[in-house]
Amino acid sequence: MHYAIETEKITKEFGDITAVNSISIKVEPGELFGLLGPNGAGKTTLINMLSTMSDPSSGSAKVWGFDVQRDASAVRQNIGIVFQDTTLDDRLTGRENLDLHGRLYGMDGRTRRKRIGEVLSLVELADRADAIVKTYSGGMMRRLEIARGLMHHPHVLFLDEPTLGLDPQTRNHIWEYIKTLNREEGVTIVLTTHYMEEADHLCGRIAIIDHGEIVALDAPEALKDRLGGDVITLEAGSPDDIARLCEVYKNNGCANIVSQQKKEIFVTVKEGERQIPHILNLASKAGIPILSVSLRKPTLDDVFLHHTGRAIRDNKEVSEIEQVGYRIRARRK
Amino acid sequence: MVKKAINTVYTMWLREMIRFERSKTRIIGSLATPLFFLVILGTGFSSVFQFRGGGTVDISFFAPGFIGMTILFSSLLGGVSIIWDREFGFLKEILIAPVSRFFVALGKAIGGVTTAMIQGVLIMVIAWFMGVKYESLMGVLAAVVVMFLSGIGFMGLGIALASKIDSHEGFQMVMSFLTMPLVLLSGAFFPISKLPGWLSVLVYRNPLTYCVEALRWYLLGSSTVPIEQSIAVLVLFALAMITLGGKLFGKMRV
Repeated sequence: MHYAIETEKITKEFGDITAVNSISIKVEPGELFGLLGPNGAGKTTLINMLSTMSDPSSGSAKVWGFDVQRDASAVRQNIGIVFQDTTLDDRLTGRENLDLHGRLYGMDGRTRRKRIGEVLSLVELADRADAIVKTYSGGMMRRLEIARGLMHHPHVLFLDEPTLGLDPQTRNHIWEYIKTLNREEGVTIVLTTHYMEEADHLCGRIAIIDHGEIVALDAPEALKDRLGGDVITLEAGSPDDIARLCEVYKNNGCANIVSQQKKEIFVTVKEGERQIPHILNLASKAGIPILSVSLRKPTLDDVFLHHTGRAIRDNKEVSEIEQVGYRIRARRK
Repeated sequence: MVKKAINTVYTMWLREMIRFERSKTRIIGSLATPLFFLVILGTGFSSVFQFRGGGTVDISFFAPGFIGMTILFSSLLGGVSIIWDREFGFLKEILIAPVSRFFVALGKAIGGVTTAMIQGVLIMVIAWFMGVKYESLMGVLAAVVVMFLSGIGFMGLGIALASKIDSHEGFQMVMSFLTMPLVLLSGAFFPISKLPGWLSVLVYRNPLTYCVEALRWYLLGSSTVPIEQSIAVLVLFALAMITLGGKLFGKMRV
């Protein structure tokens, strides 16, 4: 049996920039697999190569057993894809969009009609199917695109930032559809996201991508467990204090340092509630004043922080790229 | 293989038809310009003008010119609408489908040409109501074939341009820099038999000239350019442009 997706050192360069750097992953059929990373990390570039939209600079990839370069047409027949931006024809009705899609994928009239009914009811759009797409809300358009991506019974469905720009309620709905179709239709799903909760909530396994490379890959729980317990955040008055604090904990070996910022450090310990006094004790013995302390369960944010040294969200460079991305998208509308 | 190709062409054609049928204002708008020309220019010119050496100009002379103009506008616009598809994202849906890009382009072209022909025929019918006498029914049918040939040519040109232009600002430029000279430098508004050298050089390098001349031959029974030459030029033009358009479209990246 082949993998749903298998890449071998796949790389994409744009001039001097390496958008995707020698990524090798294997995704089993039926998985719900997430690519998690900040905007500009190379997730979409990777998806574009896997969906034959662009060619790799080096390395290779197989989707459902077919090589993305040599067998592009077979790959296309076996995948569905929902892009970040809408790719619907907004002058047509929802049903017509689905119908044209079915025709392009060589489905005959009876099969099309039957399938249109199925996918419409899956995303609960049956009652609006004959309205012009222009009149749809953002969430409805995204649902219609998911339905269209499923029309031709693809084995692998790519979802590029499926809930980007949607309100929380719609997001929850879309999450339910994604889970349902993975479970009931048995479709292998590969989704990209920069929302931690999304990856955490949906995906069986996650690859964390940063600067075009995979920095961690496992089930969300396993990734969090690997940090070694609960996260304790300690705030001190100066970077000096933080550096000394690090020394103390390192030498003592009682806590695992996840990352250090200017005035904060994150450490993980087993049974955090019981360990806080001990941790604070060590600090005061060393004469380092602690300004605040907090305890929580680890999140994927911490995992990302641990592997990359920065938070997925408050990265200036990244948020600028993100803004440009929004602006470009906004202009295109 | 063949079935798949036909299916692709038909799907793209079908989409154009649905969109055309749904945009009533576009139909009316696209007919308005040539119609104004036909009514006002046709009537105005025929009231004063006389060719050197006798023969009056009347609305019959202009009718083929306006039909040609309609075909040109509508086909070019149809080809360049690929830019719209890219702006609104639908192009990705087509490019990701497991079908040949060439047949996608061909289907789009035939769809656009169908709408162009519908408009051309409407102008033809309106001109007939206004008193233009057509030679024969066969001639009228042949004129529709001429519309198809020229339409495919201009459509291919439009697709080729759209594959190279990446913004709708560029599209505006092309439309005004391309359509006006093409219309003015064809036989749409004046007889081309006694042009001064420099002008006739330009006019005879313009595909629209042959479209208008062929229409004139089939509809009115006389033309300056021999009909065989017109048809030969139009067939070559159509083949060359659809090949070019299909090729450039195939290389297009989103």
